Amino acid sequence: METSGDKVILEIKDMSKEFGAVKALKNMQLTVKPGRVHTILGENGAGKSTLMKILAGVYQPTTGSIVLDGQPYAPTNPQDAAKAGLTIVFQELSLCNNMTVAENILATREPSRAGFINDKVLVRKAAELVKELGLPVSVSDQVGDLSIAQRQLVEIAKGLSIEAKVVILDEPTSSLSDSEAEILFQIIGRLKAKGVAIIYISHRMEEIMRLSDDITVVRDGSYITTRDKTEVTIAELIALMVGRDMNEIYPPRDVAAPALTEKPVLAVNGLSRVEEFENVSFDVRPGEILGFFGLIGSGRSEVMNTLFGMAKASAGTVAIDGVPVKITSPVEAIERRIGFVTENRKEEGLVLSHSVESNISMVALNGFSSAFGFLKRRREREAANAEVARLAIKTASLDTIAGSLSGGNQQKIVLAKWLLTKPKILILDEPTRGVDVGAKFEIYKIIRQLAAEGTAILLVSSELPEVIGMSDRVVVMSEGKVTAIADPDQMTPEKIMHFATGYAS
Amino acid sequence: MSDKSAASAAFKQVMKQYGGIFLSLIVLCVIFSVTNGRFMSVANFLNILQQVSVIAIAAFGMTWVILLGEIDLSIGSIIAVAGMVGAQCFAFGMSFVPALILTIAAGALLGLANGVLTAKFLLPSFIVTVATMGIYRGMVSLPTNGAPAMIMEPSWTAIGTQSFIGIPIVIWVVAVLFLFNHILLSKTKFGRRAYLTGGNREAALYSGIKVDRLKIIIFMISGVMAAISGVLLSSRLFSAQTNAGMSYELDAIAAAVLGGTSLAGGVGTMIGTLIGALIIGVLNNGMNMLSVPYFYQLIVKGLVILIAVYLDVRSKRAKQ
Repeated sequence: METSGDKVILEIKDMSKEFGAVKALKNMQLTVKPGRVHTILGENGAGKSTLMKILAGVYQPTTGSIVLDGQPYAPTNPQDAAKAGLTIVFQELSLCNNMTVAENILATREPSRAGFINDKVLVRKAAELVKELGLPVSVSDQVGDLSIAQRQLVEIAKGLSIEAKVVILDEPTSSLSDSEAEILFQIIGRLKAKGVAIIYISHRMEEIMRLSDDITVVRDGSYITTRDKTEVTIAELIALMVGRDMNEIYPPRDVAAPALTEKPVLAVNGLSRVEEFENVSFDVRPGEILGFFGLIGSGRSEVMNTLFGMAKASAGTVAIDGVPVKITSPVEAIERRIGFVTENRKEEGLVLSHSVESNISMVALNGFSSAFGFLKRRREREAANAEVARLAIKTASLDTIAGSLSGGNQQKIVLAKWLLTKPKILILDEPTRGVDVGAKFEIYKIIRQLAAEGTAILLVSSELPEVIGMSDRVVVMSEGKVTAIADPDQMTPEKIMHFATGYAS
Repeated sequence: MSDKSAASAAFKQVMKQYGGIFLSLIVLCVIFSVTNGRFMSVANFLNILQQVSVIAIAAFGMTWVILLGEIDLSIGSIIAVAGMVGAQCFAFGMSFVPALILTIAAGALLGLANGVLTAKFLLPSFIVTVATMGIYRGMVSLPTNGAPAMIMEPSWTAIGTQSFIGIPIVIWVVAVLFLFNHILLSKTKFGRRAYLTGGNREAALYSGIKVDRLKIIIFMISGVMAAISGVLLSSRLFSAQTNAGMSYELDAIAAAVLGGTSLAGGVGTMIGTLIGALIIGVLNNGMNMLSVPYFYQLIVKGLVILIAVYLDVRSKRAKQ
C-alpha cells in the first residue's frame, strides 16, 4: 500500500478548454495522490463537469497535459480512460433498465467464449462484487424495478468493476438517502485502503468535510486553490467558492423596487409536487425581480414548469392579481399573460431549423392573422423587425435560420418571442446560460427595462453573482424546499450559499 | 420591380429550393422524349397528370403528416374504403352530393382514429397506421364479402372520365386541392403551426400551440385527401375494388420525400410534393410507353428515388 505524501497518481497542468468563444476552463491544474479522497468544489458552471468529461475522454482539452501514473494521458473516448485505469461514475444514470443488475455491471465486459456470453460466470462475478460492496440489491434484479437510489449504487458498482487507479464520483449522493450514502462511504473507505485515488464532486459541505483529504476549489473555469481538509473551515471554503468582484457587470436599477406592501401580481402558496418540491410559497409584485437560487436538484425549474402548466401540482394554490387560478397547460398560462424563457433554449425555446422571424412570432401568432387564419405577413415582419431592433439581435436578416446564430442572439430571440405577448409575469430560467459576456450585459439591461415597465420577473439562475446582482429579493431552495427568502440585507454570497447547501451557519 | 425581374426572382427562388428535383424531372422528360417520339405531346402530358392524380392528392395529405414528423401508412386502405362507401351509398339509393359528403366524412373519421391513437394514446404513428392499414383494408370487404361493388351513378363516374373546358375533371380536382393545401400550409396560422410543431414539438408546446389537436387535425386531412383519391380511383374504375390503392402509401411517401419533405419533420412544401408526384408519373408513363416490363419498372423507380433524394440531401448539406 502506497500512501506516501509525495507520490502522485494524476496530474493536470495548464489545462484550458474552449467551446467556440466560451472559455469553460482556463489554467486548470490538479494533483491527485493515491489513497486519498480529493474533492473538487465549485458552483454550478464553475467547470467541474467539463474537467471530469476531459478526464473521461468525452472532451479533449484545448491546451494542457495530463499525466496518469507516470504516463502521458490523452484519452479520446471513455474506453481509453477505462484502459488507463480511470473510471468515472456520472450523476446521470447510464444503465439499461431492461436488463439485470449483473448484465449492467459487466456491460461490454461480459465473460464470453467465441462471442457467446457465459451467464454463470457473469452472474458469479457480479454477485461477488455486489457482496463485496455490500449493495442492497440482487444481481438478478431488473434495473428498471429498482429505486433511483439503488440504481445509483449499481452505477457505482459498475464503475468499480474495473480495476481502477483513479475513481471519479460525480455527485454520487444526490439521490441517496442517509443510510444508502453510508454504504457508499464505506465503499470509498475500502477503495482508499487499497490505494485507489478518489476524485469526489459534491455540494454537500458536511459530507465533503467528512470524506475529503484534499479539497480543490474552482471558480469560473479557473483553479483557485488546493487545501488540506484539516486546514480549512466550511465558511472559508464557501468564501473561496463564491468570492469574486461583484461590482462591474450588472446594470443598476433606474426605478426603485416596488414596496413589499404593494399588491402581488402572483402569489404562490404551499405549492408541492410529489418527489420534486414541497410547500413552496412566495409572491412577486409588478416591477419586481424575484431571484431563485439553488444548486442542481433543488427543484427550481420544476416549480417554474408547474407554474406554467407543464406539470401538475399535487398541492397548493396559485393566485394572479388576487384571484385563485388553476393553470393546467401552457395555453392557459399564456392566456394569463405568463411568459417562460426555459432553461434549454435549443430543446424548448427555439425551432432551430426555422427563420428568426417565424421563431419571434411563434407565440403571438394570433396577433398576426385575420379572422380566417390567414397570416398577415407584413405585420408579422414589422413586429419581428421591431424586436430585432429593440433587443439588438445580430442577424443577417429575418430569414436567417435561428440555429446559425450565436448563443446570445438565440437567447434574445427567445426573449423576443415572449416580449411580443406583453407578459405580466415573465419566468426566466437561466437566461444567460451559454451566453458570452457582452450579450449577458444586454440581456440584463432588457430585464431591468422590463421590470421598470412593470413586468414581474422570476429570475432562476445557478449563478450566484447574477442572482444577487439582478434581484430585489432571492428565494433560496435546497432539495425541493424553500430554505430562505433573502431580503437585500441578507443577499451576500456567503449567506445565500449557506441556505442553498442546507448548511446553517 | 418590373414583371420580368419579379418573374425571374421567383424562378430563382424555385430553382434554389427545388433545383435538384426539378432538374431530375426535366432530365427524365428529355430521356423519354428522345427514346419515344410520342412522349412529348399535350395529350400525353394530360394523360400523365390524370394517371398521377390519385397519388398526388394522397401525397398532399402525406406531406402534412410527414411535416409533423409522423407517418400515415393507412392511406392506401382509406382509398379503398372511400370507394366502397361511395358504392354502398348508391346501392342504398342516395344521390351524388350526400354520397360524396359521406365518403369524405368516412376518410375524416378514419384519419381521426389515427390521430387520436397517436396524439392522445401516445402510440407511435408508424405502429398505429400499420395496424389501421390492416383494419381499414379488412373493413372494405365487410359490405360485399370481398367482392368488388359496381358504381353506375353517372355523376360519380363522370369525375374520372369527363372533361371541363377541354381539361379532364380529375386534373381540375388536383389543381384545386393543390391550391387549397398550398395556401393552407404557406399562408395561414395553421400551416405555420404545423411547421413549428414539426420543427420542434417541445418548443411548440411551450409556446402555447395545441400540439395534440394539431396532430389530430392533420391526420384527418390525410384521411380526407386519401378519401378524395379513392373517389377519383373508383370513378375511373366504375367500381369499388377491395384491393384498390394497395401500396399507394409508399408512392405518396416517395412523392413527398422526392419533393424535399423531411422525414424528421418541419421541412416540406406542396410544390415540392407536386413535382415529386410528377416525377413518379413521368417515370411510370415513360416506361410504359417503352414497354419496359413491370418488374424492371419497380427497380428503376426505386433507384430514381434513391438518387433524387441523395442529390437533394447532398445539395442541402453543401449549403450548410
